[in-house]
Amino acid sequence: MYAQMVKSETADDSAEAVAFQARIDAGEKIEPKDWMPAGYRKTLIRQIGQHAHSEIVGQLPEGNWITRAPTLERKAILLAKVQDEAGHGLYLYCAAETLGVTRDEMTEMLLDGRMKYSSIFNYPTLTWADMGAVGWLVDGAAIMNQVPLQRTSFGPYSRAMIRVCKEESFHQRQGYDIMMKMAQGTPEQKAMAQNALNRFWYPSLMMFGPSDKDSVHSAQSMAWKIKMNTNDELRQKFVDQTVPQAEYLGLTVPDETLTWNEEKGGYDFAEPDWDEFFEVIKGNGPCNTERLAARNKAWDEGKWVRDGLLAHAEKRNARKVAAE
Amino acid sequence: MSSPNSAYPDIPETETKPKRHEWPLWEVFIRGQHGMSHRHVGSLHAPDEEMAIKNARDVYTRRNEGVSIWVVEARHIAASSPSEKGPLYEPSESKVYRHPTFFNIPEEVGAM
Repeated sequence: MYAQMVKSETADDSAEAVAFQARIDAGEKIEPKDWMPAGYRKTLIRQIGQHAHSEIVGQLPEGNWITRAPTLERKAILLAKVQDEAGHGLYLYCAAETLGVTRDEMTEMLLDGRMKYSSIFNYPTLTWADMGAVGWLVDGAAIMNQVPLQRTSFGPYSRAMIRVCKEESFHQRQGYDIMMKMAQGTPEQKAMAQNALNRFWYPSLMMFGPSDKDSVHSAQSMAWKIKMNTNDELRQKFVDQTVPQAEYLGLTVPDETLTWNEEKGGYDFAEPDWDEFFEVIKGNGPCNTERLAARNKAWDEGKWVRDGLLAHAEKRNARKVAAE
Repeated sequence: MSSPNSAYPDIPETETKPKRHEWPLWEVFIRGQHGMSHRHVGSLHAPDEEMAIKNARDVYTRRNEGVSIWVVEARHIAASSPSEKGPLYEPSESKVYRHPTFFNIPEEVGAM
């Protein structure tokens, strides 16, 4: 997901930790100044940070098309969508900051590779139809994960998710709207839409993280209610929701084994190539280098602006104090 | 960002970090519509109050969420601590007569 394979710390069995777990089990929200196990704090910083970084890095593949959107209206919509992603990143950084880490520290950890972002943003966006596929599939998968996270145990994270979810459905709809236009367009446009679906299908399935049987971090995070569903549950839900939407578009999901399973009331589908997933996570995806280079460049080249504005504010404050 | 009474926790004891030179943290309050009070919506970083309001406009009111914005630097907020919960709030629990439902008014009296 936007936070994949977040390594979970373990709980201790102190009286405080037991009482803390009881609060979570009772559905209480944990707030920043409440006592919490060090592991809960650390795991959340890692997870919310990764989630925030994904929103920020996620601007790059879409920002790539702002200047080349086919109409002024599409351009304005895409611009608004990418701006939303920046906002989502900021809501999440704020939530993480309440745990005692600063935004700049998290940014530095992203830039030097100590923190991760979602694997999905290491794939290139080659055509305009990719803007459709990203909104429809990538934001669709993100929504699957973020809706249950509105009920997560940590108050600031929960409130950030509520804000994000309010805005996210615009993202998915604008993506599907692009796909409809392309799928109902000329044969070349339809082929472009099919090609985008072919390239984004499996990377979207990977967003939910490895299969439950290989997912070692789930149990503690689920007990702490910072992970609400298993990876496989969400992936199944995503496939069940998306296949009929692809059918409506007249596009074919690139999976020959895809069949409706009456008994389980869901589709049977092929797993993505997990070797590819682990390579992307390790930094060997098609765009890892480019994405991190772009973030580093923006950070480095923005330094004089950050420093200049701070120096100006401090000078003005000093003058104000002197005048008093 | 933290002092003992601030809204946020102290940086966990395990870490020994030099003080960082960063844009300060601001808490943002928005009046959603005329007649309502300002409500806390989140926080952001900005070098000064003018930029904090501009950033708050961009981050928290992209969809007509507000008609007025307040920002205050987070370090100026004093907060109660969870350990004071008992002394602060328990006294009101026993004062049920503060609620109108405590009093039975005969039906003949009519609406009151």
